[in-house]
Amino acid sequence: MSKKKGQAKVTIYPDWCKGCGICAAFCPSKVLELWPDGKAHVVREEDCVNCGFCELHCPDFAISVTPKEVSRRKTDTLDASTGGPLDPSAGTDPGPEENVGTPNREDENGHKKA
Amino acid sequence: MAQVTQLIHDYLRHNKKFPHVYCAGCGHGIVLGSLIRSVHSLGYSKDEVVLVAGIGCSGRMAVYVDFNTVHTTHGRALTFATGIKMANPNLKVIVVMGDGDAMSIGGNHLIHAARRNIGLTALVLNNNIYGMTGGQASPTSPEGTISATSPFGQLESSFDIVEMAMASGASYVARGTVLHANMLDSLISEALEKPGFNLVEILTPCHTQYGRKNKFKTVVDMYQWYKKNTAKLERYRQLAPEEQAKFTPIGVFRDEMRPGLEVKYATLRNKLQEQPNA
Repeated sequence: MSKKKGQAKVTIYPDWCKGCGICAAFCPSKVLELWPDGKAHVVREEDCVNCGFCELHCPDFAISVTPKEVSRRKTDTLDASTGGPLDPSAGTDPGPEENVGTPNREDENGHKKA
Repeated sequence: MAQVTQLIHDYLRHNKKFPHVYCAGCGHGIVLGSLIRSVHSLGYSKDEVVLVAGIGCSGRMAVYVDFNTVHTTHGRALTFATGIKMANPNLKVIVVMGDGDAMSIGGNHLIHAARRNIGLTALVLNNNIYGMTGGQASPTSPEGTISATSPFGQLESSFDIVEMAMASGASYVARGTVLHANMLDSLISEALEKPGFNLVEILTPCHTQYGRKNKFKTVVDMYQWYKKNTAKLERYRQLAPEEQAKFTPIGVFRDEMRPGLEVKYATLRNKLQEQPNA
């Protein structure tokens, strides 16, 4: 994927974010901001140049930068060779949300925490 | 670039409590990510990698990652790893240690593991302080550091882990920082592929115990410090001596392809087996 603006989608998993602010401080396009709730938030996603700094440097693995689904014309969605639609999995990444949205609250002994 | 985070999640033990125990902005998380990316890029299976960790914040890494892991006693990670490597030389043994673990309590073991040149990959996570136990000065705390045991400034001078490892005879020695994550990926994957004893010193910030007492307002300031005060080795060598004092060199300091002890041992064993009367 080219490093053009507006091609990437930045996702932050708030349950894992500790709000250290590394992503917000070093983002070359100021896409991310640290809000008073102590979490990083995506504020200018259209400026993202897909450098991947935030994803590589997030100590808590709480940021994912994925290619944006490009809206295509109806004629573009058909694959010329097969006549079927293009592989929908290309360019979509479900991300680890199933692990993140419902964080596992068990400690090492298997005891459930509040 | 995509799917990096997804990849890391594939290698974590999700039955452990997440987010991990490290403080906000701690570089240990970045090292964990870098280690996972390196192992993945080299195509090792989870079963052929052994992660041996000592005690300290870095020791928690063995809990989170889904390789064969051993969480050992303080300073003795290298001794356990030596045993594992000699017993099964086919395993890739990675030893994760903190600066206190590697240089003070386990300093003796580090010297001798490097001297033996046994095929281990040692990652020394240097945060210049004993973070987990309350911020005591460590052997790598720079002179003048304010810490729990040196409230008026550390008087002793500090160890240089890279110089120490090279003097002891390690075959691959490198230094990286958590800010230079791409470089760290390449250093760790290079170290994993080399024979003999490989040591990568990784500079990682500890804001909670070191930064707050040493005029770093936020953890981001510590990352900015790494950006301003580190120089790639090639550039560092071209600087004038008075300029060099301002920078910490990062890069590959030594890269000798010397066979490890386990290879020499296997050769000797084969030789003796061929001469039954010897």
